[in-house]
Amino acid sequence: MAAADTTAAAKWRWGLLDVVVVVFALVPVLWIASLSFKTTATLTDGNFIPREWTLENYRTIFSTSQFVRALGNSIGIALIATVVAVVLGTMAAYAVARLDFPGKKALVGVSLLIAMFPQVSLVSPLFEIERSLGLFDTWPGLILPYITFALPLAIYTLSAFFKQIPWDLEKAAKMDGATSGQAFRRVIAPLAAPGVFTTAILVFIFCWNDFLFAISLTSTERSRTVPVALSFFTGESQFEDPTGAICAAAVVITIPIILFVLFFQRRIVSGLTSGAVKG
Amino acid sequence: MRTETETETGTAAERSGRTGAVPAPRRGRTGRAGRAPLSEGKRAERRLGWLLCAPAALVMVAVTAYPILYSVWLSLQRFDLKFPDEREFVGLANYVTVLTNDYWWTAFGVTMLITVVTVAVELVLGMGLAVVMHRTIVGRGLVRTSALIPYGIVTVVAAFSWRYAWTPGTGYLATLFGEGAPLTERASALAIIMLAEIWKTTPFMALLLMAGLALVPEDLLKAASMDGATAWQRFTRVMLPVMKPAILVALLFRTLDAFRVFDNIFVLTAGANETSSVSMLAYNNLMRGLNLGIGSTMSVLIFLTVAVIAFVFVKLFGTAAPGSTDEGGRR
Amino acid sequence: MADIVLDKVSKSFPDGTVAVRDVDLEIADGEFVILVGPSGCGKSTTLNMIAGLEDISSGELRIAGERVNDKAPRDRDIAMVFQSYALYPNMTVRENMAFPLRLAKLDKATIEQKVTEAAKVLELTALLDRKPANLSGGQRQRVAMGRAIVRSPKAFLMDEPLSNLDAKLRVQMRTVVSRLQKQLGTTTVYVTHDQTEAMTLGDRVVIMRGGAVQQVGPPQELYDHPANLFVAGFIGSPSMNFLHAAVEEETLRTAIGDVPLGDRIRRELAAEDAPRELILGIRPEHFEDAGLVDEQTRGRGMEFEAPVEIVESMGSDKYVYLTVEGERASAAELEELAADVGTDDLGGAGANLVTRLSAESTVTEGENRRIWFNLEKIHLFDPANGRNLTLHEGRAAGALAS
Repeated sequence: MAAADTTAAAKWRWGLLDVVVVVFALVPVLWIASLSFKTTATLTDGNFIPREWTLENYRTIFSTSQFVRALGNSIGIALIATVVAVVLGTMAAYAVARLDFPGKKALVGVSLLIAMFPQVSLVSPLFEIERSLGLFDTWPGLILPYITFALPLAIYTLSAFFKQIPWDLEKAAKMDGATSGQAFRRVIAPLAAPGVFTTAILVFIFCWNDFLFAISLTSTERSRTVPVALSFFTGESQFEDPTGAICAAAVVITIPIILFVLFFQRRIVSGLTSGAVKG
Repeated sequence: MRTETETETGTAAERSGRTGAVPAPRRGRTGRAGRAPLSEGKRAERRLGWLLCAPAALVMVAVTAYPILYSVWLSLQRFDLKFPDEREFVGLANYVTVLTNDYWWTAFGVTMLITVVTVAVELVLGMGLAVVMHRTIVGRGLVRTSALIPYGIVTVVAAFSWRYAWTPGTGYLATLFGEGAPLTERASALAIIMLAEIWKTTPFMALLLMAGLALVPEDLLKAASMDGATAWQRFTRVMLPVMKPAILVALLFRTLDAFRVFDNIFVLTAGANETSSVSMLAYNNLMRGLNLGIGSTMSVLIFLTVAVIAFVFVKLFGTAAPGSTDEGGRR
Repeated sequence: MADIVLDKVSKSFPDGTVAVRDVDLEIADGEFVILVGPSGCGKSTTLNMIAGLEDISSGELRIAGERVNDKAPRDRDIAMVFQSYALYPNMTVRENMAFPLRLAKLDKATIEQKVTEAAKVLELTALLDRKPANLSGGQRQRVAMGRAIVRSPKAFLMDEPLSNLDAKLRVQMRTVVSRLQKQLGTTTVYVTHDQTEAMTLGDRVVIMRGGAVQQVGPPQELYDHPANLFVAGFIGSPSMNFLHAAVEEETLRTAIGDVPLGDRIRRELAAEDAPRELILGIRPEHFEDAGLVDEQTRGRGMEFEAPVEIVESMGSDKYVYLTVEGERASAAELEELAADVGTDDLGGAGANLVTRLSAESTVTEGENRRIWFNLEKIHLFDPANGRNLTLHEGRAAGALAS
């Protein structure tokens, strides 16, 4: 097989397939970016590439509190939820990967159930519960469900990573004269860090992406995240078409994702696949 | 490897608990397995295990188990926030209302259609993409990076992109199938919703399948070609059987995920022209109609449907949920 | 440097599983001792107990005369080489080797000097700035050894350090380990499941089975005078042949003829509770092509004829596989040995004999050949408990001893 693959024809065939994949993946992203750079006049010309370029739309959204507040909310909520979920997930994943205790299977089973849980089923009760607890339309009101649904992801990914760490190293470090603390800090932690980091990226993407909870459990700018704010964009006056602004905002919240993907492609792939397949 | 199934985790846990008490059948098991309970070290290990898992378990249970029970309770009541005084226990009346309602069944049909079509198409495309990502010899990094973008991008953003693409006047695709507004007609709108779903989630499917592909030993494929198998036969007779567990897991995840479809519909059609999914319908009853009783009833029904789907996958197809047979603890 | 004493050391779990039972062992200062046995025999557990990675259930462990049962590994001042090498992947070779020294808070110059020295001994100088991932198996193995020797510990513990290497490299590294140990003169305990490694490396070999020590002694002694069936079958390659033998008046009836018995064996077999069935053990190298045996030697043994199944010429000698009619020997130990090697059921009816004949032999496959074997070198075992009946005061003297 390898011999056949290296022929020029095969190279062309694979190259062609690659191009198809890349185009398929990128066109919608480029399209929304293109719209965001179009002037109001050319917005409806249906051209894929802008005829006139402008940054006006970006200027507009960054001058509205509607977007800036939402961006702050998105970043804050996603970051806090990520940190908490990764910390709790790391603890649980370490226990799952390394310790033997009754109830482990139950924990794994519960997190699996949650991973498959229809989020919409939680929307009505959470709506009612959060209203009575005063959590409705607050950061914690979103952070809590995000943590919950991020935890299964974190536990799977991390326990898969932890299982790959050669724990003989811990013994070796002890033989080399390390205390348990030193063994963890100097040997295990540096090895676990990439897994934790990868998990953090995946969890962040998940929180950053959510729409259903964000639209159901918020009602004002106080805690609305960007995906929700997008769907409420109306433009400055009632008659102004918000398309340009929406697209500019959409591009802004896509940037972190693109950066993650560009820099950490390998890690994201390994994180997604290790958690899901190797179990 | 993965032979136990998700629903068996409970009994499996019991089983492994029990074997701990029974003397191991063979003498001379070397220390590392150390499966006996109740030594000081073991007890400390258990305590530590529980301690480490407790916060995660508490959060997960508090945010899901209690609300789902509460949701069952709400579904048995007439509870309309517009008429809070009329709140009363009505038994299964809400279920009768929902299950005899055409909107529910339309939404259910739409959801099923979207689920079946998108998962089927994604499986085929995802397999193709997985093979490309796995085998391509030029620009592998580029392909993988591009494929990850749909996975990572905010669904709402992608949905807007598709919406504007098909909006007459604005979009580059709007005139693709002649005049008219595709998003305002049921059939074309559904097709666009499915396209958006497929675009967004095929990469995830492909990644899961690629991990399965990586499990196919290269030597096995070589052996098969030595035995005279064509490329297609190698794919169907060798690769697919080896990948079957990975395929089933990917299907299970994607099916349940597709059944929850909400974001794309919200942005693309807002459920107009009978394009609502069950999630959309429940959301509308809850947030627009402020009818907690009916909304909760739908929530419970959706939850039950998902449970049935998962059960079918696990029991009938023998899908092994990842992690469920996790042997853990063995070092 | 120090001696290591295991005094009735046991490892048991509360459910009754015993991994190691009453191991008594005195390892002298500077000695190279091998723990060998099939998997699950307790050798690794024993090593881990010496290391302090596993608790000792009962008994006492003394290093340099001091009881260390309750000391943490880091306070025992011993180094260990792991089967997986356990190199820290995030550190370079230099950092890996310096790690124990840095933990011991040595100053930079000393660390540098010691690492350089150890690297020179192990020919790692050129690799010092590489990460373990960029090393070959043999190089990793040397780094693992380097990390062990760099801080001149009281003792080395090695847990199957060569099993992850390919056969050729393993032989090569064996001599490296051996030379290094002699050069440094550090007490070393080495665990392996490979009897060849055990035979070639150690000053003394400890054979373990089911958590208990079977026999301790220099390699040659274990080979010549195995205390029981298990040791006899474990040591030697190809392994000893075992045949079923029925006790008659003055002889043993076996598939290769009636074996005469000397006075001592006969006396022993005359006892009330003596077994009526025995297992006859003959090493492959104690057979010879009958045509090549000179008159003088011939008298010390006996001959039989058997069909030749396979001939493997090794150059220096020939491995000849024979089939003989008759019952196969059976005993718990033999089954365990077979399971360990992975040859549960070979050969169907009758018994197979592996013989090692001189290269000059003209034996060919398919013919019936007359084969001679040395009666002074055979062993007789009691199938019930595996005891070697030909042993007298630790010496085996064959069937004819009087």
